[in-house]
Amino acid sequence: MRISLIILFSLSIIACDAQPWVKPYERAHLADKVMIIDRDSVASSYLEHVYDAREGARGAGLASGGGCGCN
Amino acid sequence: MHVKVLVVQVWHQVVVVAVTKRIILIAVLLAQTINCATAAVLPEDRADVMFHEYDGGGVEINGPSVLVRKSVGKSVSAYAKYYVDTVSSASIDVITTASPYKEERTEIGAGLDYLHEKTKMSLSLTTSSENDYEADTTSVSISQDMFGDLTTVTLGYTKGDNVVGKNGSASFRKDIDLKVYRVSVSQVLTKDMLLSVAFDTMTDQGFLNNPYRRVRYIDAASATGYSYQEEVYPNTRTSNALAFHLRHYLPHRASVYAGYRYFVDTWSIQADTFDLGYVHAHEDNWLFEISYRFYSQSQAEFYSDMFPYFDAQTFMARDKELSSYTDHTISAGVTYEFAKDGFSVFKKGTVNLYISHMIFDYDNFKDLTVQTIPGDEPAYRFTANVYRLFASFWF
Repeated sequence: MRISLIILFSLSIIACDAQPWVKPYERAHLADKVMIIDRDSVASSYLEHVYDAREGARGAGLASGGGCGCN
Repeated sequence: MHVKVLVVQVWHQVVVVAVTKRIILIAVLLAQTINCATAAVLPEDRADVMFHEYDGGGVEINGPSVLVRKSVGKSVSAYAKYYVDTVSSASIDVITTASPYKEERTEIGAGLDYLHEKTKMSLSLTTSSENDYEADTTSVSISQDMFGDLTTVTLGYTKGDNVVGKNGSASFRKDIDLKVYRVSVSQVLTKDMLLSVAFDTMTDQGFLNNPYRRVRYIDAASATGYSYQEEVYPNTRTSNALAFHLRHYLPHRASVYAGYRYFVDTWSIQADTFDLGYVHAHEDNWLFEISYRFYSQSQAEFYSDMFPYFDAQTFMARDKELSSYTDHTISAGVTYEFAKDGFSVFKKGTVNLYISHMIFDYDNFKDLTVQTIPGDEPAYRFTANVYRLFASFWF
């Protein structure tokens, strides 16, 4: 528990005082639409739904909502 | 005896004080982490109108989907979603054990995002209805930007209350409860590279099999050499999924990405998913994307293509999604951006078309449309195409 608190304390300090190694003015590429992971959520969540219905595995993706979609 | 009681009381007080101190300390540390934040952003105001279609394996599913998102003030963004699946099914399951059918599923959803400095809290509600299945899903999550906005940590929880019905049996009504706990981290690695990691743990409880699907078993008295009985699943399933996604910016305004997901559940299914993609911007108006995805899973421990006799096991399944198989998906898409200077109330718009081709190869799910000695049928395989045609408007 003590070690956990030390780690949490360290993280809380770093979270406030950390100097980002990628400065705000260096983030133009990261903000470009080619770098957006879920660019069009209406389309990506549909494909996730297809995978959920056709495969035994699921999770750690983008899908939400319910329904069977079986057979 | 007195001494023993006194010792227990003192020890109890010490424990309570220690625990209380630790809770206060943790709360202070978390508050400090959150308070050092300054700013983050809500999703953009936009509307999406999509027509989607899945066509393959004797199943055709299509319909519209509409998503509208609008901010309310500087701290709140709200969205509403409407989605329809019109299903026409003559799948391998249906044509070998039942009759082709048509049905419609309608999904309505709404959600709110609330932003306070670098903390975003989200709530979403979804209800889905079809003639033999009702699903209500509630999700909450909290995201925190930290470490100079290079890291975003999200904690999420989803609860689903589903009711399974059965056409032709008005009294058939079974419940499924779903719970999903999620933690995800999005990390800026360099000025050109992003990494996201997500872990979900999921529990399903209730009637988890399909009320129509049946398993086959060897029956010498039958003309085909086999007969069918209803499938039986365990009423609990716990699953874990861990996924990584890495994306890198390329100098000519393009990006390449790779992902991997590991899945395992208490039904002994293990699955690996790999995906690889390339996104390319051309001039200011065009965006092209191609991707490849590979999926492989092992079978559930109670799956069999053909059981040796009636009631051979406590749990029995012949669902091809619980068998051992692989699938491949090749996707290509194009986006065209128009009216970048705005039109009417809109700032800009896009039209988009994405096409995916899927190939499913089953190892031990046999194609029963082929008449031969039971068990000697060829393994089933099929292909499917998925179309997503949509327009998006920013306002």
